[in-house]
Amino acid sequence: MTEIINRLEPGAVDTVDVEAVNSKERRKLYQARVKVFPKRTHGTFRSLKWWIMAITLGIYYLTPWLRWDRGPYAPDQAVLVDLANRRFYFFFVEIWPQEFYYIAGLLIMAGVGLFLITSTVGRAWCGYTCPQTVWVDLFLVVERWVEGDRNQRIKLDKASWSFDKARKFVTKHAIWLLIAMATGGAWIFYFADAPTLALNFVEGEAPFVAYSTVAVLTATTYVLAGFMREQVCTYMCPWPRIQAAMLDEDSLTVTYNDWRGEPRGKLSKKANADERAVGDCIDCNQCVAVCPMGIDIREGQQLECITCALCIDACNGVMDKIGRARGLISYSTFSEYSRRAAGETVKTTWRSFVRPRTMVYLALWSLAGIAMLIHLGMRDRLDVNVLHDRNPLHVTLSDGSIRNGYTVKILNMQARPRVFTVSLDGLDGAFMQVEAAGAETLTQEVARVEVEPDKLRQLRIYVHQPKDAVTGEREDFRFIVRDTDSDEQSTYSAIFYAPER
Amino acid sequence: MAKPETDEITGTETTGHEWDGIKELNTPLPRWWLWTFYATIIWAIGYTVLYPAWPLVDGATRGVLGWSSRADLTSTLAGVEQEQSQYLTKINELSLGEIAQDPELYQFAVAGGRSAFAVNCVQCHGSGAQGFEGYPNLNDDSWIWGGTLDDIYTTVRHGIRYEADEDTRFSQMLAFGRDGMLDRTQINDVAEYVLSLSGQDHDAAAAQAGAAVYTDNCAVCHGDKGQGSRELGAPRLNDAIWLYGGDKASIVAQVNAPRHGVMPAWSGRLDPATIKQLVLFVHSLGGGE
Repeated sequence: MTEIINRLEPGAVDTVDVEAVNSKERRKLYQARVKVFPKRTHGTFRSLKWWIMAITLGIYYLTPWLRWDRGPYAPDQAVLVDLANRRFYFFFVEIWPQEFYYIAGLLIMAGVGLFLITSTVGRAWCGYTCPQTVWVDLFLVVERWVEGDRNQRIKLDKASWSFDKARKFVTKHAIWLLIAMATGGAWIFYFADAPTLALNFVEGEAPFVAYSTVAVLTATTYVLAGFMREQVCTYMCPWPRIQAAMLDEDSLTVTYNDWRGEPRGKLSKKANADERAVGDCIDCNQCVAVCPMGIDIREGQQLECITCALCIDACNGVMDKIGRARGLISYSTFSEYSRRAAGETVKTTWRSFVRPRTMVYLALWSLAGIAMLIHLGMRDRLDVNVLHDRNPLHVTLSDGSIRNGYTVKILNMQARPRVFTVSLDGLDGAFMQVEAAGAETLTQEVARVEVEPDKLRQLRIYVHQPKDAVTGEREDFRFIVRDTDSDEQSTYSAIFYAPER
Repeated sequence: MAKPETDEITGTETTGHEWDGIKELNTPLPRWWLWTFYATIIWAIGYTVLYPAWPLVDGATRGVLGWSSRADLTSTLAGVEQEQSQYLTKINELSLGEIAQDPELYQFAVAGGRSAFAVNCVQCHGSGAQGFEGYPNLNDDSWIWGGTLDDIYTTVRHGIRYEADEDTRFSQMLAFGRDGMLDRTQINDVAEYVLSLSGQDHDAAAAQAGAAVYTDNCAVCHGDKGQGSRELGAPRLNDAIWLYGGDKASIVAQVNAPRHGVMPAWSGRLDPATIKQLVLFVHSLGGGE
């Protein structure tokens, strides 16, 4: 009983309102998106981005409407992926499915090109030309036009719902949806004759897949550019990780020159009066406010940084205002940065691009491109495939002669009707029996067939060899197909089988 | 549980996983990722309600839509049959010659005939219609009963030596040796003569003796030059194609006690359109007349 009396009253102890940082309640399993309200910037890189946006969007929206005359037997759309007929048209180039290696070659060039670009100018793809970046930029233009610049948007976001907020909300999302629909809408024109499809689409007579494609692309554009934005780059896209691994000390990155900026501090008379050493950074946070990724470049290179260089524009504007030299934030390689930090004067020139690594990339890239161009220039526009009948391999006829059956496929890869002669070469005494409508037998070894423009024609050809001419169980010979106009020819080595004697 | 370790640089807890000194941060997932996960769960619930999903003791829930793969197959097949019916109607109406004149219909018929052949005919004639000893090769230009469309049509419909069909094609060669009509020497001689008819190596003296035997016993069906007779179903003997072999032993065996193949009549077993397609397919194999 006495012990209780000796204790202090509970109220006599100070309680502190504190919680362990790693307490269970504080450990968040899921991170809500922190909204980013990028501020408008002006400057060199902003202008460059406007130009690139105009050019890339222009290419995307207008390309399907370009015409290219290929004569009466082929579509006149300059760029067309004709899935139904399995043809790909690109200006003067037409690709059949078996020439898909050109696409493989382009992908190799794109891959090596990415290495080249990344090793020289860093993540320029991310910052300027990636569709995600371009469309987010476009959506931000709308957002800014409807809701105002950063501060107004933050204010509007915090404000409770009112008629004005609802009006702006509806306007913004309506415009976004229109852009998203135009984006999906442009995509389908690459796969069919654009003017015809546009008309059918409006009249409700386009194929279902056209509507569903537009719907899906509208949804993805609206969601990815309107809502997910920087989350796409940070969480969904593999490029940042790959590119991060490809940067080296001579790759250009957006760099905060902390040797110049630190210690940062407000530009104040007090600091001057105290004669404290103050860096050029006045901690105005403009670089953070303009960043579409919502990061602080002064923290150094980060995975999130897409190197759009808008912070450079913002900082340069501030430096101009306060009368300091530009380039507190600048494009710089890590090695230049280190040398400048050590007090050297280094000028950023294109010379930093010329390194063994980049030259190897450039050589590989050019090699792939040149090889493809040469191949493209020399490729055949006539091809022959021959399938020998497997069952039976040979048929003995009543006069003792041997007959072999072949399925001969002639590919006329030009957009004009062509007349070919099909002939046998290297089989003694043999004659041909062509089972095809309109095939004309010229001599017993030569036949004439017409093949429609840009089409494959399949012929059944029986080759007969008289009993006495048969030399063995198998004999090699050739089918020769020759264009009667141009003398272009294609040869296929085939085998003639005969039964055991 | 050990106290979670906090990474100094990021201030984020680690998961405790470590490889070669590299530690995994326990960075929270973005919330939209969670929403996506919930969306898939909702999708799954909707899916299991609409489609057959939950296993029961004897079967599974049928789903609100009542979809089943079997019904799907049935309707797909019905659709195919619907598409085929326009061709089949035409095939039933037109003659074989008329069908052959219509490229699209002809292509359909030959393709249909190919699959019918694979089901009904390959057991004897082989998958390439190449035949075997006793079963004719249908690719060549030698036809015992005729190789025109109409000839083949009759053969397929009524069969050969198929007793259940009154109109079946029938021919029978006498067993000259077994039944004692010719003695061994005569059979030897006539075999040599038959070898000479088809231009093979033969004993000239025996063949000369065999010529008379041939004229008396064989020419009435096989023709005086061994040209055969399609009306009687007597094979040609002066060509390179032999149903039971063209060497001397085979010829002697056939003269002594002939073998006769039987082909069933397909009329009644297969519908008329299928038979017509079969005929067009066989005719297209390279030997059709």
